[in-house]
Amino acid sequence: MMDAATLSQFRSIVGDDQVLDSAEDLSVYAYDGTATLRVTPGCVLLPDTAEQVARILEIAHRRRLAVVTRGSGTGLAGGSVPVEGGIVLCLVRMNRIIEVDEANLAMVVEPGVTTQRVADEAAAAGLFYPPDPGSIKISTIGGNVANNSGGLRGLKYGVTRDYVMALQVVLADGQVLNTGTKCVKDVAGFTLKDLFIGSEGTLGVITSITLKLIPPPAAKQTMVAHFESMTDAAQTVSEIIRHKIIPCTLEFLDRVTIACVEEYAAIGLPLDVEALLLLEVDGHPAEVAEAADEIERLALAHGAREVRRAQSEAEAIGLASARRGAFSALARLAPTVVLEDVTVPRSELARMVAHIGAVGERYRVKIGTFGHMGDGNLHPTFLTDERDAEEMGRVEQAMREVFEFAVELGGTITGEHGVGLAKKPFLAGAIGPVAMDITRRLKADFDPEGILNPGKIFD
Amino acid sequence: MNDPKKEGVENLLQGLDYSVLQQCMHCGLCLPSCPTYVETLRERSSPRGRIAMMRAIADGDLETSRIFAEEMYFCLGCLACETACPAGVDYATLFEQSRAQVEASGVLDSRGRRLVRALALRWIFTSRRRISLLAKALYLFQKSGLRSFVRASGLLRLLPASLRELEPLTPEIQRASTRTLYQQRYRFLNPGSPKYRVALLSGCVQDIAFSDVNADTIGVLQLNGCEVILPEAQQCCGSLHAHNGDLASARDLARVNIDAFLPKRARGEEAEAVDAIIVNAGGCGSHMRHYDRLLADDVDYAERAAMWSRKVRDICEFLVEIDFRPPAASPDSDVLKVAYHESCHLKHGQGVSDQPRRVLESIPGVELAQLPEADWCCGSAGIYNITQPEMSMKLLDRKMGHIASIRPDVVATGNPGCVIQIEHGIRKHGLDARVQHPVSLLAAAYERRRVEVAKRDLSPESLIVEGGRPI
Repeated sequence: MMDAATLSQFRSIVGDDQVLDSAEDLSVYAYDGTATLRVTPGCVLLPDTAEQVARILEIAHRRRLAVVTRGSGTGLAGGSVPVEGGIVLCLVRMNRIIEVDEANLAMVVEPGVTTQRVADEAAAAGLFYPPDPGSIKISTIGGNVANNSGGLRGLKYGVTRDYVMALQVVLADGQVLNTGTKCVKDVAGFTLKDLFIGSEGTLGVITSITLKLIPPPAAKQTMVAHFESMTDAAQTVSEIIRHKIIPCTLEFLDRVTIACVEEYAAIGLPLDVEALLLLEVDGHPAEVAEAADEIERLALAHGAREVRRAQSEAEAIGLASARRGAFSALARLAPTVVLEDVTVPRSELARMVAHIGAVGERYRVKIGTFGHMGDGNLHPTFLTDERDAEEMGRVEQAMREVFEFAVELGGTITGEHGVGLAKKPFLAGAIGPVAMDITRRLKADFDPEGILNPGKIFD
Repeated sequence: MNDPKKEGVENLLQGLDYSVLQQCMHCGLCLPSCPTYVETLRERSSPRGRIAMMRAIADGDLETSRIFAEEMYFCLGCLACETACPAGVDYATLFEQSRAQVEASGVLDSRGRRLVRALALRWIFTSRRRISLLAKALYLFQKSGLRSFVRASGLLRLLPASLRELEPLTPEIQRASTRTLYQQRYRFLNPGSPKYRVALLSGCVQDIAFSDVNADTIGVLQLNGCEVILPEAQQCCGSLHAHNGDLASARDLARVNIDAFLPKRARGEEAEAVDAIIVNAGGCGSHMRHYDRLLADDVDYAERAAMWSRKVRDICEFLVEIDFRPPAASPDSDVLKVAYHESCHLKHGQGVSDQPRRVLESIPGVELAQLPEADWCCGSAGIYNITQPEMSMKLLDRKMGHIASIRPDVVATGNPGCVIQIEHGIRKHGLDARVQHPVSLLAAAYERRRVEVAKRDLSPESLIVEGGRPI
């Protein structure tokens, strides 16, 4: 519980009803989308403006109170799990679209706007905001920037970082920093905005975001390829890339995941295949048609049993949203699902996938794997029960082996979910001592009192 | 914090199979589907937040507090979260158990509330006879001129604003019950050699306020080769009770209905008397499908309850299943622009979404318009518009905004609660549209065809057996 004097100061800033401190309210902000992590905060504040955020941080800085910023709480590495007794700064009420600037192909938004709304507003202006994380319907753009979120279109269109032109950030002591412009070219000083993208709320609180928009592709085609073997699917992916075709989406699901997704979405996925590739190509209609034909040829030549093309926009959307539900759908099989996010160079996909299978067998843990095969980003998901300590121990060991192998292959421990709490023990091994040292020095400089999301990413 | 064993009261959430709670992996994908979350942006008012509180209570970390209780009654129970949930969380069970736990704990107890609950849940809505008596009284009030007097006199202004808003939500009572209409209009139409034998749940509110929808349902079924029976001993389906924390009454009513529709038979007798149990109210159907779960531990009833759940069909679902005859005439001389509003418990509770649209699309002269957010709750939600008028009206205004944007002639919907709520919305927003059950539009189309045919001096029988040609 937070002391009464501090709470009343916060009430005078954000209003009585935007300060939550009942046991019930604290219990429902104790988690994000990550399995097994729960920490009860001292209070939840829901500010409405950047100015309120600045005044809150001034107080927190003076009193050395931990502040964990969050949006919709869909994070998958525990990055927005509270600090015991600390402040949860929930920005969902800061959800205004400030400007859609068609002349400069840019959009200015507050951090609490959902990613889906960003995409919809862009589309309404005849433009396109490509990053589409799995939780697009509810994740907030502020959370996306803070985690440098990826999504299904990363392969062709990149990730959130590639669409951030400028940021407004409230620093730990309440100062407001504006960094970046709507200019395509801008080399005036260090590109400070890049420091905050993917910083998981440890360096500042993002209060306004200027996003880059692009013209939408004129045509697209969604396809599904069925495989009897995982290696064939992985090989097909390598071949597509080798043939210099860059689909906007190149996803895969293994047998376990397919079954769960089909049970949820009932869209007629085959239940008797080992792997399924979900692809989308987009661009000029002629280019799309050509790429689709070439992909079909390559898939069939590398062992695909069947290649199907979506016949309508509705079918394409159905396939993509079924894929987005993959992680949650796996929860049908086990009480606890622990999702990982290893990423490897695309040439190493087949080896990584085989290793995950072997590790699962060796430690006797059930794993469902799916992910963004086109960009080497895999989501092996461990199906377990948090109440079974012995099995959780084996899961832990299996995970460690998967991480170590990914790093050995020249990959990384997390492609798009972030480090948060879940990957913290593995960060030093992945990035090395020099990078760790610089990270710590930056943190000490931006946040000398250590109030911003303390204990996340590194200790 | 609190040890339920010391309380001496069984905590229903602790008694629940823990895996139902654990099924929620708090990914948050339900949030954008939840009307109360979208309006408030409060985690507590989201499905994920509510389940987290339930789990905290089951774990003994949180008490069954007033805040929790109020939150559980703030939840619409619309089940949109179930449709959205990839993990397959059984929110309906969690919702019912939580409200039952709230009632068992007594945190909301007051003398007035006890009296209202006893009167409504235990006395009126457990007896069709008492419902019908109440309906007669209301009918007299509405038709005798007394209501006009009360409205004109300004007596209503003596009531608090929240109650005053409710008066127009009282359903219009119809003079004739389903049974009377059935006798008058349709009994003679029962086909001689039926393809299907079905039984209809006439419902409680449906029976007194929308007996015409029941009569239309019967007529449409008969014209599609079904023999329709109306079991005399049936009662309210019990959804009102189950959704309001009175699971004991809900079980009693389920047993009565099972006895009425699927009487216990001696060994060797034909076990399955009807092919389907038809319901035309989304809220009732959603609950009826769960009789199996409700009576799973009842040795005398579990088997028949399971059979019951397998046989329940929404009317539009059943019509599509038996490949109903598309009507040959339109229900109206003008083309009707129809907006279909999805009842939450039809769509999310029963997964019936396409079939009512297919029924509507089959009707000549009906132009089905795309209603934005068609499956967003209208705020009726059983008795939610009475218990939570403020949120209910917010949702109604949101719904009416969408309806106004397409200006339909008819709003079609498959649940009496939605009909009453949207009719109120239409009056409140000064729109010009009527609200009808899809099956009533279908019945009207059949009827216009019948009149056309009758003008050509054909007997009513000839129209039923018009060898495969649509009627």
